[in-house]
Amino acid sequence: MSGHAPFLRISGIGKTYATPVLADIELEFLPGETLALTGENGAGKSTLSKIVAGLLEPTAGEMYLGDTRYHPTSRAEAEALGIRMVMQELSLVPTLSVAENLFLGHLPQRAGFIRKEELYQRAAEHMQRIGLDRIDPRSLVGELGIGHQQMVEIARSLIGNCRLLILDEPTAMLTRHEIEHLFRQIERLKADGVCVVYISHRLDEVEQIADRITVLRDGRHIATRPMQGMSQEEIVRLMVGHEVEASRARPQQAETMPILRVEGMNRGKLVQNVSFSLQPGEIFGIAGLVGSGRTELLRLIYGADRKDSGKIYLRGAETPTEIRSPMSAIKHGIGLITEDRKSQGLLLDKSIKINTTIARMASVTRRGWLDGKREHSVTERLAGLLGIRCHSLDQATGELSGGNQQKVVFARWMLRDCEILLLDEPTRGVDIGARADIYTQMEQMARDGKALLVVSSDLRELMDICDRIGVMSAGRWVNTYRRNEWDQQTLLEAAFSGYTGQSSRTPETQGQA
Amino acid sequence: MSTPTTSRRWYSGVAGTYIGLAVALLAMIALFGSMSQYFLTTDTFVTIANDIPALTVMAVGMTFVLIIAGIDLSVGSVMALSSALCSMAILQWGWGLAPALLLGLLCGAACGMLTGAVSVIWQLPSFIVSLGMLEVARGAAYVVTDSRTQYIGSDVDWLSSNLIGGISPAFVIALLVIIVGQVVLTRSVFGRYMIGIGTNEEAMRLAGVDPRPVKIAVFALTGLLASVAGLMQTSRLEAADPNTGIGIELQVIAAVVIGGTSLMGGRGSVISTFFGVLIIAVLEAGMAQIGASDPTKRIITGIVIIAAVMLDKYRDMRKQRRA
Repeated sequence: MSGHAPFLRISGIGKTYATPVLADIELEFLPGETLALTGENGAGKSTLSKIVAGLLEPTAGEMYLGDTRYHPTSRAEAEALGIRMVMQELSLVPTLSVAENLFLGHLPQRAGFIRKEELYQRAAEHMQRIGLDRIDPRSLVGELGIGHQQMVEIARSLIGNCRLLILDEPTAMLTRHEIEHLFRQIERLKADGVCVVYISHRLDEVEQIADRITVLRDGRHIATRPMQGMSQEEIVRLMVGHEVEASRARPQQAETMPILRVEGMNRGKLVQNVSFSLQPGEIFGIAGLVGSGRTELLRLIYGADRKDSGKIYLRGAETPTEIRSPMSAIKHGIGLITEDRKSQGLLLDKSIKINTTIARMASVTRRGWLDGKREHSVTERLAGLLGIRCHSLDQATGELSGGNQQKVVFARWMLRDCEILLLDEPTRGVDIGARADIYTQMEQMARDGKALLVVSSDLRELMDICDRIGVMSAGRWVNTYRRNEWDQQTLLEAAFSGYTGQSSRTPETQGQA
Repeated sequence: MSTPTTSRRWYSGVAGTYIGLAVALLAMIALFGSMSQYFLTTDTFVTIANDIPALTVMAVGMTFVLIIAGIDLSVGSVMALSSALCSMAILQWGWGLAPALLLGLLCGAACGMLTGAVSVIWQLPSFIVSLGMLEVARGAAYVVTDSRTQYIGSDVDWLSSNLIGGISPAFVIALLVIIVGQVVLTRSVFGRYMIGIGTNEEAMRLAGVDPRPVKIAVFALTGLLASVAGLMQTSRLEAADPNTGIGIELQVIAAVVIGGTSLMGGRGSVISTFFGVLIIAVLEAGMAQIGASDPTKRIITGIVIIAAVMLDKYRDMRKQRRA
């Protein structure tokens, strides 16, 4: 396979929004090989693959298909040239048959009527060709298991001339058996000369299927090496890099009575038997890969989702506190800043004032009636404290920048004044300046004796602001580290441990720190 | 704040909506005035004022329901059932006027609360649940009245009597409902919660506001206002007609939508709804005076509804483009 000329060559590719998220990527995609694309959360894997698949336009660099320049302006254009991408979220129509999904957009028809026989025959031929003849083209997609749905999605990408296929976390929802089937399909594609780009954070799978591996870090190309001879430790080391930043000083925490103790929290496979405790005045981070159960854990503590089992002890109480809804969580002094402020946090077309006071109307009302002046002064004080930038406090929050939107969410919870605050990705989509303001507020809250539980995909952020960091992997709590015990390598290894089959729970691994 | 921002606010904000609706209303009055010499008379406007109270109070309730992203199709039937119960209490059971009226109001509130509770607790669309209630309440109204119009007599006509210059107490009550409704919507915690729930229910839940009691209360309030409309109707007719208010829910929704309240929830105004009611009433009265046939009236009313919503959408798009 190494003798072939590259099918696609990219050179100096970069993407800059407000800040660069991808820069100077040089890469060759060879026919008949599987190239694994790995990196931490936010390393640029998705951005790069979306550029290749025509979903995003690069802001720098060139791509070449053979000798001709390739710069697709749409997904359709990329697909016409044989470059396909299977996204993490399936885009099938569950109420239509497999065959109809395969040929959606170009159904065989006569005078507007679908030619069913031809449709099913062509679908059957196609499925046969790629070895999926076990799936009946007549069955409804919604009735298939999730694994088979994924196969149908892949099968759809393979219609016509497919030369390069990008699979983004294809095994996230598959069983062991289905994964093996997928791998057989990948081998088959390779034999046909297709280049398969395999994005995954499951390193054991990467080891099994990839011919070469590319590691990205902070939007940069770190290394591309043959898979053979690479160890998982080496891959993680490449993902982490070596730089160690000076952390901001945090006052030493004295061990006191925990304000929140979680014991044996469970919800399906998402969160499995998680226990930990939180001290007052502490900023406690939860690290882990996307989908490791961090968000779910916060939602369980907050009562936003139903837990299967598990107990929550508050303020050193001997008996557990039952929290069944966000309403009762708030009554017990627990607040949640959600991961997605647009769909779960803000009332986007409503004003800064409304959004700030909605969780604590009592502070701006008299006997059920709003006091407009008080609402204004309360909001003004918080907006000033947080440095919210706006035309007026009546401005709709949807018109604000991400950073200012997040500050409005903070203002709401500062007004609510919870003793325990759960924060899910508090700085996602927030610019550097606003981040600093948010960190300052978080530290102030901790100084005031509040306990903060912070989920973040940005390890350096956690290492910077936290007193302790717990790592979750594949729904389990792997380990808890103190400020002097962690480094990026240790944390990242722990984050991957649940997916590689080897656990870093053992003290030896911890000792490497 | 710079001048362009201020002026943009001024005509794309709340005041702008009112001005737009008022202009449309005045234009219609002028149009009918030019077409019929009898239109611009006190009589016309007194008639309109006495025609609209029932529609108005129901439209206030419907505005609230639409703001929480629900809908209540049962208002016409609930109106008939309240009226029927009230009249039977007087005629059959020998109740006094006051307890009979109270029974009618309770009946409306109970019907609304039931619709709300079923839709909230079982998480069913209020469209379907209230469609069911539409049938149930209508059927119950027939059962209670034995499917006949029940004449009560002048005991109940004070609501529609001449208070001052031909205007009835019912109209004054409707105006009070408008004012109180608008104040509740804009100045009370309950109103704020309604707007929040209609905008993003999940965000409200995660902010610690339980949407369920608020939603049930809104449906109960709508039922209560439907029964107020029923009592107004009873007073006007001096009778309880089990067929009253058939199809009126569509007129109510039309008035609210002409006023610019969003069917998607989160946005609306009681004052705008009142403009919507007036536009419908003027249209009806004007066309009657110029001798338009019933089919023509319906066609034109339909066109006005669609045009009003298109205009609203257009304003919305322009505002978004500017933002």
